[in-house]
Amino acid sequence: MSLLDIRGVSKHFGGIRAIEDISFSLKSSTIMSIIGPNGAGKTTLFNCLTGFIKPTKGTIVFAGTDISGFSADRVTRLGIARTFQNIRLFGGMTVIENVMVAQHATIRSNLFSIITRTGTFKETERSVRETAYEYLEFMGLESAAEHTAGSLPYGAQRRLEIARTLATGASLILLDEPTAGMNPLETDGMMQMIKNIREMGKTVIIIEHDMKFVMGISDRIVVLDHGVKIAEGMPKEIKNNPLVIEAYLGKEAH
Amino acid sequence: MLLQQLINGLTLGSVYALIALGYTMVYGILELINFAHGEIYMLGAYLGIIILGFLTAVGLTAYSMPLALALTLLLTIIFSASYGFTVEKIAYRPLRAAPKLSPLISAIGVSIFLQNYVMITQGSTDKVFPSLIGSAGFTVLSTRVTMLQAAIIVVSGIIMALLHAFIRSTRTGKAMRAVAQDRSMAALVGINTDTIISVTFIIGSGLAAIAGLMVSMYYGLVNYFIGYSAGIKAFTAAVLGGIGNIPGAMFGGILLGLIESLGAAYISSEYKDAYAFIILIVILLVRPTGLLGRDVEEKI
Repeated sequence: MSLLDIRGVSKHFGGIRAIEDISFSLKSSTIMSIIGPNGAGKTTLFNCLTGFIKPTKGTIVFAGTDISGFSADRVTRLGIARTFQNIRLFGGMTVIENVMVAQHATIRSNLFSIITRTGTFKETERSVRETAYEYLEFMGLESAAEHTAGSLPYGAQRRLEIARTLATGASLILLDEPTAGMNPLETDGMMQMIKNIREMGKTVIIIEHDMKFVMGISDRIVVLDHGVKIAEGMPKEIKNNPLVIEAYLGKEAH
Repeated sequence: MLLQQLINGLTLGSVYALIALGYTMVYGILELINFAHGEIYMLGAYLGIIILGFLTAVGLTAYSMPLALALTLLLTIIFSASYGFTVEKIAYRPLRAAPKLSPLISAIGVSIFLQNYVMITQGSTDKVFPSLIGSAGFTVLSTRVTMLQAAIIVVSGIIMALLHAFIRSTRTGKAMRAVAQDRSMAALVGINTDTIISVTFIIGSGLAAIAGLMVSMYYGLVNYFIGYSAGIKAFTAAVLGGIGNIPGAMFGGILLGLIESLGAAYISSEYKDAYAFIILIVILLVRPTGLLGRDVEEKI
């Protein structure tokens, strides 16, 4: 059974059709890349998947639940977390606090429990901190745990953002241009980390422009152009697909 | 003389600080100046009188005064927090997506409503808070400190320390900071932002209720419009410290209390209420981000 099933999802902003009738499904423990020229609707699709915006039409079924129309925090608690193209950390909080705050999601919280929970606060606090530290170690950030998140170098901020998505306990991780602004060495490191995330049994969807990266990491690729899915397949199928080449390079001159 | 004024100022300032915290926490999360906040303080004062009156009627006050006072404090906090929670739910939450001016106007409306609600149900004349502790006190360095003053300063200090620890290290405290920094991102890491906003209103209202109860015991008189001037002064204190900044509100409140008290003693007591506003104007001109506030770019 697939983890994620997107059926006929469209999002219109007034007269603009940002994405139109997109469908695909995704199996567990795979890495999928979504590629396409600027303005193809990749980020809009991410926004729909995370409850950030509501699709105009279509359904999104995640792990058997129809989540189209759910609020962002509910979607996160069900197991989808994301990063942003322009990094959005809680800059004034420490690195480890950024991770700890995301673990909020794994614990059922309502008003009553928030007020009464403070009693057992010490033990849970310790275990939350230990788990947060493990996520930091996984992303190679343990030495910066007590630094202010906003003071980290760019590449480390990207890794922290990923650590934070993992800490939500999500089984589906959406990464919006994880290698943007990274040098080739950092990009290789990121590729390894994302593969490690797949080894944890998590499913990853990546928006990325770096074709070498996409071809090297993806199990499947979906290509969008002008809001429409124009191709889907394994990396080698996509590489030779004339529709994809046309979308990127324009129609060949006759 | 000077020490006496400092004690008086510290007493007053602790109360301003407690109220200012509610303004600053709500502003930090919603960028809303909750003009109804002073009314919650006023409700706290009234609820204190009503609850204590009830406990006296059932004989608890005669049985054990400390127990009666503790229970009064607890019940006042619970009832006032329910008011704060309800106000947010009814008057602000439906306007979450509206332009910023709409909840502000709604807040003014709630303020007027609550004043009139109390005036109609409790009457427009002053209510007297029964003097329980009397004028008992002690003398330090030839300065008279009443038990009530000492209690206000100590209780406020403890509460502010607890609040600081709560926001610093509990999970809910971290979630509150996360929501204040980036609300939609906080939702994306799974935080129920509506719950956190409710918690913020509950805590802020609880603090205002404690202040209201203590002040009504201190002055012995309560009426339906005390929330207005206390609210405006506490707001000034919050701006003085840097609105949205929690240590700033504590610092600003105490500083404002001291300035008022010293100004009344050494300059003129006629202008006692004007000092707060003179300071507000000066701060807005010279350092609009407040004493502890930092420049932050306007959130979108």
